[in-house]
Amino acid sequence: MAKQLETICITTGPVEVGDYVTLNIGPIHPAMHGTLRVITKTDGETIVSAKPEIGYLHRGVEKLGENLTYSQFLPITDRLNYCSAICNNVAYEMAVEKLLGLQVPPKAQLIRMIMMELARIADHQVCVGILGVDLGALTPFFYLIIQREEIYEIFEWHHGARLTNSMGAIGGVEADLPERFHEKWPKLRDTIRKANDETDKLLTHNRIWMDRTIGVNAFCADDALNWGFTGPMLRACGVKRDLRKEEPYLMYDEVNFEIPTGKHGDVFDRYMVRMLEMEESVKIIDQAYALYKELPEDAPLMKKVPKIIKPPEGQIYHAIESPNGELGFFIKSDGSDKPYRIKIRPPCYMVYQAFEDLVKGEMISDLIACLSSLNVIAGELDR
Amino acid sequence: MSLKDRVADILGKDLVALNEFRGDLCIEVPKGRIVQVLAKLKEEGGFDFLSDLFGVDNLDLYAKAAKKKKKSQEESEDTGETKGKESVQPRFEVIYLLLSLSTNERLQVMVRVPEDDLELPTVTGLWKAANWPEREVFDMFGIRFKGHPNLRRLLMWDEFQDHPLRKDYPLEGKGEERHLNYDIA
Amino acid sequence: MKFQAIQGEGWLLTKAEQLINWGRSRSPWPFPYGTACCGIELMCALASGYDMARFGAERVAFTPRQCDVLIEAGTITKKMVPVLKRIYAQMAEPKWVIAVGACACSGGVFRTYSTQQGIGSVIPVDIYIPGCPPRPEGILYALLKLIDKIEADHPLYKQRPKLIEALEAYK
Ligand code: SF4
Repeated sequence: MAKQLETICITTGPVEVGDYVTLNIGPIHPAMHGTLRVITKTDGETIVSAKPEIGYLHRGVEKLGENLTYSQFLPITDRLNYCSAICNNVAYEMAVEKLLGLQVPPKAQLIRMIMMELARIADHQVCVGILGVDLGALTPFFYLIIQREEIYEIFEWHHGARLTNSMGAIGGVEADLPERFHEKWPKLRDTIRKANDETDKLLTHNRIWMDRTIGVNAFCADDALNWGFTGPMLRACGVKRDLRKEEPYLMYDEVNFEIPTGKHGDVFDRYMVRMLEMEESVKIIDQAYALYKELPEDAPLMKKVPKIIKPPEGQIYHAIESPNGELGFFIKSDGSDKPYRIKIRPPCYMVYQAFEDLVKGEMISDLIACLSSLNVIAGELDR
Repeated sequence: MSLKDRVADILGKDLVALNEFRGDLCIEVPKGRIVQVLAKLKEEGGFDFLSDLFGVDNLDLYAKAAKKKKKSQEESEDTGETKGKESVQPRFEVIYLLLSLSTNERLQVMVRVPEDDLELPTVTGLWKAANWPEREVFDMFGIRFKGHPNLRRLLMWDEFQDHPLRKDYPLEGKGEERHLNYDIA
Repeated sequence: MKFQAIQGEGWLLTKAEQLINWGRSRSPWPFPYGTACCGIELMCALASGYDMARFGAERVAFTPRQCDVLIEAGTITKKMVPVLKRIYAQMAEPKWVIAVGACACSGGVFRTYSTQQGIGSVIPVDIYIPGCPPRPEGILYALLKLIDKIEADHPLYKQRPKLIEALEAYK
């Protein structure tokens, strides 16, 4: 049946027995983030079933990884979650370093932390902005996107690319923080906070916003854990779990930060968790920057690694907390210069498979709100 | 009690092999007992979170090992060593990544799946999270999961014939194209 | 556009095709077909900061039936190809296509079993933008180039025969 329903914009299908209308949304629909597709069955406006269909952006990343060397695969990781490419880079680098048994120098760790938190802010900004756009609030998006451009500027100074960053290398980072970062950061911190404040004022206590988000797709913690939720989605359900605290990597155990949690797991809680996390990220960057300042200027940035990386035989799994949740890399090495098998554990894959449970019984307009609040990135969903 | 001992304790004789590398523990369990083993680990071991599930194709690995063995045998032939008995190793592996939420320990549970019996029982009854990963393993390796609620292709389109992540499938594909069965122009 | 004013009378003389082209080139309504990473850069180009609306691409059409320019930003996989063909077929004449990024031009870094190696073999493309991803400036530059192209074309020129040819070749 799915084949017959291959239509592009919202079209109504044949009426079935039981008077349910089959409604196909996507894959090219403005609210479906590019490549997602849901086949819903509706009773009036109420959703009876919603079957997500994925794979429209399956680019064969894992197969490609088996045919590239360890260093060559690094730029491909950018294209997984392209809203926060740096987190993917660092996750992959750390997985290979674990395979090699390497410990990167502290300065490199701090630079990675600072850049990752900046990327987290940028990712959450897009998510909140798009959530607003999909629910009809266009202004916060413009406020947030301007801040994002400023963050991109820092990325560009540091490693020369805006979106697909390919930051660092296996064994450390290639460059110190750029000169201009030191003047830029204090100003940027204020403007990020200001934009967040402004978004907060525009949205949080807005009557329409509250009506459209509070109590929409509430989800309970047990179900969330059973479905394999991680990250902001899980925290919105009230589970205090963050890999930065649970399994500290880099220098996250030396900085203080809170883990914001919600209560009901509805769209509003997800939005609030993301907003509060941005604030925590700003705090983390401040502390990491202070630690960075304590280090001598000529501290090493790279650990010595051979030009051709040949890890010993074995298999490891390493996960970090990406903006969407647990992002893990499983690498199996057969002792050659190419990974034998790479498996990426994308966070939103697990979240999106629960989509039917999330939206069943809700209205069609809530489906849109739900999808935006999940922050599904097709690149890492389909790989 | 370390994790190793605890797992050995819980599983008893279901534990076929145990392997530690850089702090990651990987255990092998017999194919027929996988659901029972995972249920036991979930109930008694506290591994209550399924982080991921995926397959590995060992074709190239075995080919490489056989080549090496042959080479070393050729070298040692002068000394008059007898050839070891060749045993066919199962081609595929399926790995379950478990996580304990209370202690933050991770465990890899591995089953070997031979090429002539590509079927495993599903674990969607234990964790709903196994739903899509199992479909993906079916899509990419052709391993069927018995009892899965909706075992269709996940990433490739339905008419696709091969299983792309198998090692004998070429990276650039075999020139497949997708056509819808109605005309659009 | 070349105008010729008749002195003192309040008349403007021009050719009809130039007038039509002038109107068309000043309001290319885009259909943002952002599938992957390039879609994020397209979003930046549309949002504040770069603001593509300055060049007439003011109204972002979210249905292919009401747009002029298909901005294809991102990877097209083989699973997506029939959808892309259908979107193109749904657009009304006159229509133009901009392929944003290496993936849309040639498949980019993904030379794999599931990626279409460039959309040029599926639908006719007017402007290719290289880069992985191209900067928003690149997208704006491509729009300006397209405006030049629209101005130079004859208004009755149709791409329809080209499309049918391309579809035949694809089969
Ligand atoms: S060209 Fe590069 S940035 Fe654009 S979609 Fe392809 S991989 Fe992503």
